[in-house]
Amino acid sequence: MTPNFAALFYLGSGILFILALRGLSNPETARQGNYFGMAGMAIAITTTLLLLDIGFTGFIVIAGAIAVGGTIGAVIARRIAMTAMPQLVAGFHSLVGLCAVLVAAAALYAPTAFGIADEMGGLKALSLIELGIGTAIGAITFSGSVIAFMKLQGIMSGAPLVFKGQHWLNLGLGIACAVFIAFLVASGGDAKAAFWIIAVLALVLGVLLIVPIGGADMPVVVSMLNSYSGWAAAALGFTLENTALLVTGALVGSSGAILSYIMCKGMNRSFISVILGGFGGESVASAAADTGGRIVKQGSADDAAFILKNAGKVIIVPGYGMAVAQAQHALKEMGDALKAEGVDVSYAIHPVAGRMPGHMNVLLAEAQVPYDEVFELEDINSSFSQADVAFVIGANDVTNPAAEDDPSSPIYGMPVLQVWKAGTVMFIKRSLGSGYAGVENPLFFRDNTLMLLGDAKKMTESIVKGMH
Amino acid sequence: MEAIDPNIYRLAIFVLAIFVGYYVVWSVTPALHTPLMSVTNAISSVIIVGALLAAGAAATGLDSRFAQGTGLLAVVLASINIFGGFLVTQRMLAMYKKKERPAAAPKESGE
Repeated sequence: MTPNFAALFYLGSGILFILALRGLSNPETARQGNYFGMAGMAIAITTTLLLLDIGFTGFIVIAGAIAVGGTIGAVIARRIAMTAMPQLVAGFHSLVGLCAVLVAAAALYAPTAFGIADEMGGLKALSLIELGIGTAIGAITFSGSVIAFMKLQGIMSGAPLVFKGQHWLNLGLGIACAVFIAFLVASGGDAKAAFWIIAVLALVLGVLLIVPIGGADMPVVVSMLNSYSGWAAAALGFTLENTALLVTGALVGSSGAILSYIMCKGMNRSFISVILGGFGGESVASAAADTGGRIVKQGSADDAAFILKNAGKVIIVPGYGMAVAQAQHALKEMGDALKAEGVDVSYAIHPVAGRMPGHMNVLLAEAQVPYDEVFELEDINSSFSQADVAFVIGANDVTNPAAEDDPSSPIYGMPVLQVWKAGTVMFIKRSLGSGYAGVENPLFFRDNTLMLLGDAKKMTESIVKGMH
Repeated sequence: MEAIDPNIYRLAIFVLAIFVGYYVVWSVTPALHTPLMSVTNAISSVIIVGALLAAGAAATGLDSRFAQGTGLLAVVLASINIFGGFLVTQRMLAMYKKKERPAAAPKESGE
């Protein structure tokens, strides 16, 4: 295949990738979109294989490599629990980052293989700059995603790790990366050591960038790393002069950036303050909360079942606690039982509920909750005043009225679900502790609040039993 | 007039693609943000193109042998992402159902 034809095919796969994302505007078209994405990838891979002059053995070796990776990927995709999606995505991001670094290394050592060598067999200055940037972003994506993975998987504490001078150190590392890129360019690509120094510095930087960010800010981190992996791909697209990579990198980069923006807005935090970190602690907040002598109305599953059964309209608000307890199936059962009693059931999702964008939607879909019963914050917030019961399961901060009426609260200004407008608010929680943000929820002490203390899944199951 | 540097064209493609991405991604429904992340992950593995070129480098010396090795490793990693990313997206999307569908057994259980 001539390079010109190949370039046209790469353009075609870029367009198919755009269509893949376009399909996601609606769950009905999304499945088709995913096939467009697969087709785009198949075209890109086939085109590249046709460009290679590798003979039969070479082809077998490469096909074997694809088969090995593909099998691992397929097995992971089949087995992974839906609750583990955030860490899976973080893990996948790390692979993209690592790939970027490996490809950059290969391009530096053997530019002729990519057809990008100059007359001397070396790399042009511009290519080297792009390559250096791609390596740095790739390495940051890799190590940052590994840290994010470990935090989400619980291998590492979700608590922010902050130390003095951290941001200056990060700035220094960033500048050092830039200096070594300049050095690499000045040497005309001969200073291979500079390349590896860039990679190592960026790896350290990736770790340092993510460790100060707390568990509650993980949705932003995951989106941000998504964005980085795109920019790394785009930088290499420039180096390798490949349209498919350029287009895809731009798509993924802007996608991650938009998601980060949406997540930040959902928390009323600036992107900078998230990056600087230090906000939000462990998933299990301080257990024994001080109720300050105020009365908390606790109820049993049977009390809850009785109230729910006699309600006309119930809005369910799921949060990360539902994911942790794997309570989505029990919740769906409860919803079905309520519907059988003639109760109007809907679900309200806060943009930052869970550990990644759209996390709750996927879990509810897994439990076969129809997606047209699930609403976003702005679409359902006005309905709480008509609801008899707001059923909050594993969420806390996203329902805190302090965000609207207490300017001294750390979460003041964050958009929240106005559950307190419902006739009765039920909270399923493990304890009376505060949420991620470490902020007490005054709703717990209101007259129309019923606290259901216990494991989200067990409690929901007992409520279902109580309804029969 | 001098001929335009091809890099300028690449920059143009890149910038325009960012705009396309911007508008396309804003049109994605929030309910599908998780599949969006997994599918963007899968498509960013198109970096496998670079990995394949490296793995197929003509073995002329130590440097190109090195490129072959890193390329092959990158092919494996990118393949994990491609297959894993698209398949997990498909699995997720298969779960999104509309109301009032017959409550018959789902075609593909998540387990």
